[in-house]
Amino acid sequence: MRRILATARTEFRIAFRNRWVAIAIGLMALFALVLTAAGSAPTGVLGADRLSVTVASLTSLAVYLVPLLALLMAFDAIAGEAERGTLPLLLTYPGSRVEILIGKLLAHLIVLALALVAGYGLAAAAAFLADPGAASGLPALFRLGWTSLLLGATFLGAGYALSALARRPSGAAGLAMGLWLGAVVLYDLALLAAVVADGGGWFTTDLFPLALLANPADAFRLFNLAASEATAAATGVGGAAAAMPLWQSALSVLLWPLAALALSSAAFRKVTP
Amino acid sequence: MTSTLKISALTKCFASLKALDAVSLAVEPGMRVALLGHNGAGKSTLMKIVLGLLPFDSGSVEVCGAAPGSAAARAGVAYLPENAAFHPALTGEEQIGHYLALRGESPKGARALLERVGLHEAAGRRIGSYSKGMRQRVGLAQALIGKPRLLVLDEPTSGLDPVSRRDFYELLDGLAAEGAAILLSSHALTEVEARTDRLLILSKGRMVASGTLSDLRREAALPVTIRMTARNGYAADIAKALPGTIRFGADLQLSCSQEDKLGTLARVTGLGDRLADIEVTPPSLEDIYSHFSRRDGQ
Ligand SMILES: Nc1ncnc2c1ncn2[C@@H]1O[C@H](COP(=O)(O)OP(=O)(O)OP(=O)(O)O)[C@@H](O)[C@H]1O
Ligand SMILES: [Mg+2]
Repeated sequence: MRRILATARTEFRIAFRNRWVAIAIGLMALFALVLTAAGSAPTGVLGADRLSVTVASLTSLAVYLVPLLALLMAFDAIAGEAERGTLPLLLTYPGSRVEILIGKLLAHLIVLALALVAGYGLAAAAAFLADPGAASGLPALFRLGWTSLLLGATFLGAGYALSALARRPSGAAGLAMGLWLGAVVLYDLALLAAVVADGGGWFTTDLFPLALLANPADAFRLFNLAASEATAAATGVGGAAAAMPLWQSALSVLLWPLAALALSSAAFRKVTP
Repeated sequence: MTSTLKISALTKCFASLKALDAVSLAVEPGMRVALLGHNGAGKSTLMKIVLGLLPFDSGSVEVCGAAPGSAAARAGVAYLPENAAFHPALTGEEQIGHYLALRGESPKGARALLERVGLHEAAGRRIGSYSKGMRQRVGLAQALIGKPRLLVLDEPTSGLDPVSRRDFYELLDGLAAEGAAILLSSHALTEVEARTDRLLILSKGRMVASGTLSDLRREAALPVTIRMTARNGYAADIAKALPGTIRFGADLQLSCSQEDKLGTLARVTGLGDRLADIEVTPPSLEDIYSHFSRRDGQ
């Protein structure tokens, strides 16, 4: 435990010095403000308070931005140490490789949490300014917060795994961008295309929900949309969200970080410095 | 006495290249062992195997009574890599503090450690701004953490100035006196000659010589060089009296084998006051080293 905390402290220090903390906070705050400005027109969603609407649009933002931030912080974690030549010495110290990964994960999650607090906080403050009854959306905001952290943890773990597989930061960066594009953008497009081609057959009824659950970004979106009342404001996934039991998407959101950590530690174990 | 490090018949291949070929060695507590060898001889590879960083193909390695890389071995072993590198954004104090914490000690000890390697003034500066020798000292400082039973130091004095080198070997003497076993590699033969107990010479992955300097000297049986300075005009006389002598003006040079040394010296001193000066030079470590390395076709 002491070793994990020591690693986390050092990694946070490095993230701070490398301006990662500032970049992450700035990025989240900027997008949250843009979103607030864009959504300031009355939406007229029935019965929904201002904050719930904000949370719905923050969810769509987070699906893209949180994995991106996580991968950007993670891709250098192991490949960077290998390239700098700091890895061999580190691995001769007591402590397992999983402890190193968890330490890094902890530090990067704190950076992410700071960014989320800044971004979501700004958007929530704007919602409260516009609508005094926004407090009823607070549970949704809270839910968005912790699921965003779990989503971040998933992609941090995936980023570490890619970092360990690539061995070089440039290769790891390429793989990370590929994963982001694949998991967050192309996956949904491919699913939609398949659903359209299938025309309401076996794929749409049986495989499609599972395919959504299997993707951590989709599960995150499903969970937040299904749990909040504002499903009406959602995209095409919304329909599926309504049909799916909440525990299924919750389970996917909870299990993915563990799976990603297991994956990254398996990949890290294969690295010979 | 049980060895802190025990290696027998260790073999390691990289694809078709045999980096280590049936290497055996043992390092006892308090012993300073120098690993010598040409570039690519396998010194760093051997060290990485001892640390558990690289797997090996056959043979056995025992570190502090445990398998290399196991928790027990890592707790007792300190390492200084060939090119000590650290995160440039951290200060020396933060980096050493981190390593202290990883070994379960208080990070507050960082300053004292940096002071031991003469780096206290730069302790608060980022490592990115350090010179090569300063980075090397950070590497040394982290190797001193705790009470390591075995220190594995890969070219520890590279990049250090002459005074720091001497300080470094004094540190080593202290550690060895406290019972630490030390395995270090080096290309600086003269300092190794004076400051270590045993020498191991690797050549193309094979151990071609091992023992104390006098063991190796005896085994190599290299000729002793006798240099003489003649008094005015006697140089030609002396050259005639001692066959095999090479003459440069008033200076003469004669080589003889180790066994003939005393006999030859007796004849030289028999020349009496025709000689102004005489100097006997045993084969240097460089000579011995190249003898063993070259025997292998290097
Ligand atoms: N990861 C690796 N993959 C393939 N070959 C390797 C690897 N590491 C080392 N070698 C080879 O093993 C041999 C021994 O290398 P090693 O680094 O142990 O030499 P060394 O004695 O430390 O040399 P130097 O004095 O230059 O530091 C070299 O021929 C090297 O090319
Ligand atoms: Mg080497």
